[in-house]
Amino acid sequence: MVTNVTSFGRSGLYDWVVQRLTAVVLGVYFVGLFGYLIMNPDLNYQQWHALFSTTWMRIASLMALLSLCAHAWVGLWTVSTDYLTTYLIGPKATVLRLLWQAGSVVLMFIYLVWGIQILWGM
Amino acid sequence: MLVSLYRYNPETDEKPSMRDYELELPEGKDLMVLDVLELLKRQDPSIAYRRSCREGVCGSDGMNMNGTNGLACITPVSSAAKNGKLVLRPLPGLPVIRDLVVDMSVFYQQFEKIEPFLINNTPAPAIERLQSPEEREKLDGLYECILCACCSTNCPSFWWNPEKFVGPAGLLQAYRFLADSRDTATDARLADLEDPFSVFRCRGIMNCVAVCPKGLNPTRAIGHIRSMLLQRAS
Repeated sequence: MVTNVTSFGRSGLYDWVVQRLTAVVLGVYFVGLFGYLIMNPDLNYQQWHALFSTTWMRIASLMALLSLCAHAWVGLWTVSTDYLTTYLIGPKATVLRLLWQAGSVVLMFIYLVWGIQILWGM
Repeated sequence: MLVSLYRYNPETDEKPSMRDYELELPEGKDLMVLDVLELLKRQDPSIAYRRSCREGVCGSDGMNMNGTNGLACITPVSSAAKNGKLVLRPLPGLPVIRDLVVDMSVFYQQFEKIEPFLINNTPAPAIERLQSPEEREKLDGLYECILCACCSTNCPSFWWNPEKFVGPAGLLQAYRFLADSRDTATDARLADLEDPFSVFRCRGIMNCVAVCPKGLNPTRAIGHIRSMLLQRAS
């Protein structure tokens, strides 16, 4: 058992399930959105605004936004623990990795709040 | 034939280098890469490599041949060499002791971690613990591993985290005991594998399957372990 306190759910299994479920949510959302764009080639601002004003679209968008954050955290955490390791780049790796992870979390939180603001402000 | 060989002797060399050797191969024969190394060693007795059974059973002569890991004793020169040149390097990702000889300690540590032996705390029967033919069949494709390390040293996840990721060879053996009907430590074994590194560092790129000289499929075994972990926790 390898212990780790910075992963999303402290468990490889949990992170793995989260990454796959969020991938499905993101896949369905963006394929649906892409389909809508294809079905409406002469899309104008009013139509776009009306689409995002519906409750079901807000639910779907918020779910996609939260999924994106969870998915990105698992992915970016994995990248940092693959390449920013003491084994590869020496003793400074731990500080660099924690800075990278903290930066990723802050950035994701900013995007989350900003995304909700856009979604609810439309 | 031109053979380019990775040479490194930590006692005399500052850093490793590739050294070229010109070799006359006998006509009408497709030698194995190990035979080529034996011929080279006659030219230059300082060349170091591991070998033992010379028939793909002991797993001693795993090495990187023109970019692909494999056993030198069962790899024909015709299939390994490209454009008439044979390039031989040690297994990637492990510390080099000398020339083609690598330090496999971390590989064995991972193997040790999965407790590669039958655990059964119930009273032993008079003769032996029996298995049905169907139960025994589940071990096919798992027990044949010879621990040559060709798979684990071809896996980027093992290169990046050799001390945390068990690696394809270790995980194939982990599943060999998880799948064994006589083993009673399934829950404890699974609990030891649930962390973010031991199993879940596998990204399923199947480099291990591509190079296994015994034709085994560690990626499939890892998939089975994931399913067992999911069933246990949900």
